Amino acid sequence: MTTTLINGATLPDGTTTDLLIADGVIAERGAGLTAPAGARVLDAAGLVALPGLVDLHTHLREPGFEQSETVLSGTRAAAAGGFTAVFAMANTMPVSDTAGVVEQVQALGDAAGYATVRPIGAVTVGLAGERLSEIGAMANSRAGVRVFSDDGKCVHDSLLMRRALEYVKTFDGVVAQHAQDPRLTENAQMNEGALSSELGLKGWPAVAEESIIARDVLLAEHVGARLHICHLSTAGSVDVVRWAKARGIEVTAEVTPHHLLLTEELIRSYDARYKVNPPLRRDDDVRALREGLVDGTIDIVATDHAPHPEESKDCEWDHASFGMVGLESALSVVQASMVDTGLFGWADVARVLSHTPAAIGRLEGHSHSFEIGASANLVLLDPASSSTFSIDRLAGKSHNSPYLGMTLPGSVRHTFHRGYPTVLDGVVVEASEVAAAALAGVSRG
Amino acid sequence: MRHLLSTRDLIRDDAIGLLDIAEDMSEVQNREVKKLPTLRGKTVVNLFFEDSTRTRTSFEVAAKRLSADVINFSAKGSSVSKGESLKDTAQTLAAMGADGVVIRHSASGAPQVLAQSGWIDAGVVNAGDGTHEHPTQALLDAFTMRRRIHGDAARGRDLDGVSVMIVGDVLHSRVARSNLWLLETLGAHVTFVAPATLVPVGASTWPADIRYDLDAALAEVRPDVVMMLRIQQERMNAAFFPTTREYARQWGLDDERLLALRPDSIVMHPGPMNRGLEISSRAADSAQSTVIEQVANGVSIRMAVLYSLLSGDREARS
Repeated sequence: MTTTLINGATLPDGTTTDLLIADGVIAERGAGLTAPAGARVLDAAGLVALPGLVDLHTHLREPGFEQSETVLSGTRAAAAGGFTAVFAMANTMPVSDTAGVVEQVQALGDAAGYATVRPIGAVTVGLAGERLSEIGAMANSRAGVRVFSDDGKCVHDSLLMRRALEYVKTFDGVVAQHAQDPRLTENAQMNEGALSSELGLKGWPAVAEESIIARDVLLAEHVGARLHICHLSTAGSVDVVRWAKARGIEVTAEVTPHHLLLTEELIRSYDARYKVNPPLRRDDDVRALREGLVDGTIDIVATDHAPHPEESKDCEWDHASFGMVGLESALSVVQASMVDTGLFGWADVARVLSHTPAAIGRLEGHSHSFEIGASANLVLLDPASSSTFSIDRLAGKSHNSPYLGMTLPGSVRHTFHRGYPTVLDGVVVEASEVAAAALAGVSRG
Repeated sequence: MRHLLSTRDLIRDDAIGLLDIAEDMSEVQNREVKKLPTLRGKTVVNLFFEDSTRTRTSFEVAAKRLSADVINFSAKGSSVSKGESLKDTAQTLAAMGADGVVIRHSASGAPQVLAQSGWIDAGVVNAGDGTHEHPTQALLDAFTMRRRIHGDAARGRDLDGVSVMIVGDVLHSRVARSNLWLLETLGAHVTFVAPATLVPVGASTWPADIRYDLDAALAEVRPDVVMMLRIQQERMNAAFFPTTREYARQWGLDDERLLALRPDSIVMHPGPMNRGLEISSRAADSAQSTVIEQVANGVSIRMAVLYSLLSGDREARS
């Protein structure tokens, strides 16, 4: 069934309309549309329609770490969270540092069909920070890579970072930097401050992030390149990026949902679900990050969805892996931290979770204003609902969510990827059905 | 009390209660037959993921004097060193019927993780976790101070108004942290003295004065207690201070500083000592030193803790 009539959805601008989805695009919009014969009809009264969400920072783990996540399971999680496109980070095994690996990741995404998968290429071979990977080959591959990142590791060598920024310009790409001075964060476990000192956990000081961002914006200015900063986590980082933008430097920045809501106080439990890199910070940082997102210093929200198997978290804090899953909870957490606090309207949410990440990643077709003819990538959410976040909301392979047991607002009711549903009535559509719909879409062209 | 994980969570009445029980245990140690039947039939496991002959032996003696069966489960040469997880080790010990687990671990928070995990139902005693806490050390230190200060009238007393100066590697010291929280609870006043590199970030928010200059601090505070912390020689390589000679000169309790103390000030060290580095032999062996008393009191304190956690019906207590 490729035709769907959505009745009475509220668009990000607050207006209400019917939407007819046919042949993969938004075919009609307006009040009082009639459903063609055989069309699926969805009552969207009270639901907010957003363009399909775009995550610039996802770990799909495949190839190499399939015990944590696969492209299929990770994109299921994406669909459950209202995402129609994800950028897959390069820290796979083998590392996504060649055209072969990025094309494989993209092909797996195309076959699964839950979301558009855009691989991110590694900046350096094996993420080792020593020499540039074949950036041109990845850019010109079928995967058309435009975002390059050693995420998980910082490109800390200043000369190499300069060269990467320059070289990537050639392909209209962008370097997404994981800003972490490695020497200042050896064996670091949590935000450095009074609490880390009390808990006896080795500190990850804010300056280790801020100093790298400061260096990189100056390098980007010097060579006239685009720079993207992954997961800003400190008030000082917001200040540095704000200064850089005022100076006209072409820098964009992202914040994760968890850094907008959670603080280091949770770590008193030594519960490793709260172990993440960069670490959860203080109240003041959360406030500054929200302000930065409001005033445009921070451009986007990206999940840093980082699945890990149970044994990586069910252990001593020091031995646990860094990272949290975030795709399924992102929209609820952004609603809790930004919308329900009055800082954001839904148009702002569409901007930071769809329009701008699509623009930074040079992704076509996903973000739109529901104009006729646009590729039908969209999500319908119920902002009035509120529930305890539980494991049944998680659609990926791993359950390392910090929100389990927390009450969060909002829920994704329906997600459409290229016109076919990936989530209907809050339930993820069967993999075989989605794959068949994706294939039909390809043959339709 | 179900577990003893930190001194920060210990309320004043419980702390004084433990010190008073330790007084009773100490009397038992002066008898010809040092053994009590209290924990007969109970099993205490010393689960040591980090080497510490002194602490393990102290707990072992304490448990045996209470007639418990003691099993030493050390990480070296066991399945733990072959990559077995804390979870599997804990479940194994639970299956064997451990009533109490005394855990020493290099990872801060490991005892708390064990206690709240549901892997094992035993009472958990933190015998030192990473750079977090070492609560029985702080209790035995407080016990030692209380005895020196109040003598036979120590029972029921706190440490109100006692001035304690803790000198050295506060940054990496679980002893310093546990002492700080307990001494604060008992009414004592704590001053930390250390080079700035060995003062934890954010320690200015702690209930302690922080000083860098030992001589100036000693002259101004005239403390009742000077506690010297062990310096790990490898700290030098991580640029916390230039050389051990410079450290000893600036922050060691040498003979001159010993003479400058009030004659009734007491000198403490949790051991093992680096004689000639953080403390001179003369200071360590002086009449003011409590180093040997601390070891003896350690057994009394650990008896008191094991007794409080493990005697009687655990189900009814939890």
